[in-house]
Amino acid sequence: MVKIMKSANYFGWHPGPFPQINWAPYHKILTNRTVTVCLMILGVMVMLSFLAPLITPYDPNAIDLKSSLQSPSVDHPLGTDHLGRDVLSRLLYGAKTSFLISLSVVVFALSLGIILGGAAGYFGGLADEILSRVIDIFLSFPGIIFALALIGALGSSVLNLIIALGLVHWASYARLMRGQVLSVKNNDYVSSARVIGASDRRILIKHILPNALAPVIVLATLDMGHVILSAAALSFLGLGIPPSVPEWGSMLNAGKEFMRTAPYLTIFPGLALTITVVLFSLLGDGFREILDPESEVMGLGAA
Amino acid sequence: MFHYLLKRLAFMGLTILAVSGLTFFLMNIIPGGTAELILKHTVLELEEIPTSEQIAEISSQYNLHDPLYIQFGRWLADALHGDLGSSYILKKPVTYLLLLRLPATIYLALASMTIAIALGVPLGVICAVKENKFTDYLLRIVTLVGVSMPGFWLALLLILLFSVTLKLVPVAGYGGIKYLILPAIALSMHTMAVTLRMVRTGMLEVMNQPYIAFATSKGLPPRYIIIKHALKNALLPTLTVLGLSLGYMLGGAVVIETIFAWPGVGSLLVDAITARDIPLVQGCVLTIVGIFVTINLFVDLIYTYVDPRIRYG
Repeated sequence: MVKIMKSANYFGWHPGPFPQINWAPYHKILTNRTVTVCLMILGVMVMLSFLAPLITPYDPNAIDLKSSLQSPSVDHPLGTDHLGRDVLSRLLYGAKTSFLISLSVVVFALSLGIILGGAAGYFGGLADEILSRVIDIFLSFPGIIFALALIGALGSSVLNLIIALGLVHWASYARLMRGQVLSVKNNDYVSSARVIGASDRRILIKHILPNALAPVIVLATLDMGHVILSAAALSFLGLGIPPSVPEWGSMLNAGKEFMRTAPYLTIFPGLALTITVVLFSLLGDGFREILDPESEVMGLGAA
Repeated sequence: MFHYLLKRLAFMGLTILAVSGLTFFLMNIIPGGTAELILKHTVLELEEIPTSEQIAEISSQYNLHDPLYIQFGRWLADALHGDLGSSYILKKPVTYLLLLRLPATIYLALASMTIAIALGVPLGVICAVKENKFTDYLLRIVTLVGVSMPGFWLALLLILLFSVTLKLVPVAGYGGIKYLILPAIALSMHTMAVTLRMVRTGMLEVMNQPYIAFATSKGLPPRYIIIKHALKNALLPTLTVLGLSLGYMLGGAVVIETIFAWPGVGSLLVDAITARDIPLVQGCVLTIVGIFVTINLFVDLIYTYVDPRIRYG
């Protein structure tokens, strides 16, 4: 193999070592100001949510009926809910729930999308034909409806919420992945790998994946905001996370009953949700600016 | 064109079939659950456990012993004849319930769409004309918050401000325009923000075209150029997004309708799902997906008329 590489270099045919990964998009992402600032704020939020047990003086599930529905005060900066639980503590723990759920959804959807989209693009033929139709179908109806029906069928639990949202989101990643693989697979280094007898698996993992992944992963990051919103919407409807688990959507659901007496129960979780999604939107805009400076067109998610 | 239409219609049918089939098999994933469910909603008292005879009787009455694909085939055959079965809990034909609830959803969606277009298009034009000025920045921040804010939180804030504090409009319910205002605003926010962005981007792109420079050099008034030359072309991509947005609205309507106790298909779906009322879930999903794919087909067809540059094979 070394011999072939050398001869290839000799003819000026393929510069640099095998396989050649294009690092430029990753580098550009990390030097963009908007992206860096958003990433930093989000990083702090994630850290706070994971350090919640150390920061907050209250157990997010400690019921204290004597101090229920208290307005914000020094003891409880954001007040207490109808069961006397500290809202700030629940918000911080809720951030962790939201982040973990969205991350799981994205990872699940991303794996499905990469595998199915990659297979469709690489193998082509009948497999591509069938997979592409399936992807088209999944992209041609409002996802939240399907997620609702799925949770209705499977019952409401955190795992089912992740499965439902993952099944709703995978298709857009698969479509992009398919396109990426199609464009990468005709490169000279893939043909040369095939010539020297590399197996399909080796070509896919070593040569195609590293070069096709960047935009797909960016799309997934961009989608985090959408996923957080859909997850919150479903748990707001009481279809996802059990009410005992602190989560922003279900906090809003519980809080709306006390809108007259305790409006802060409605305001704070929604504010947290909006700020998080704004950060992800800005992050997405930054990414889009980097990868596709021509267009400023706004994408529309399933939900 | 005819060939293209045929292909699109076939794909539409395939989509609706696939979604219905998927929903059907998923809802029936728990074996034997259906008969118990029907019993719970009909004959049984609370907490009473169904006997095996009762289950057997209901199963044969509703043909639940058949394999799922046969049951689905039967549902499909009936659906093609306009019969979607009858709801387990409400004991009324699903078609009747849907026709009863559909006008409210269409009413709400049309009102939201009107608000979104009436605000989004002019504001988008203003943004483009005032590019990188204060107005532009302000509106872009509003847009960013608009696309990021959950519709249901906006709905709650609107209720908090206009119903609970100012007591201007009722908290929830269905009736005259008083009831419509808040849900329509809450549902339109996202589409409004997206429309604004699309129009702004489209305008900025078009404004750099030579024919705009030509129109300016002819001495046409700026207002005339913006509306007649620029906006007309900038609106084209917006059209597609509006088609997609209508789908988003049908989805978002599920949550908004539930908050405002709006008697539409969305809140019907949530009720049906909570009660695991399979025929009703099927009917609602079929209706919403059907409307969505039909609208998108129409948007694509309209596209060929408004933009003569596009021709489908």
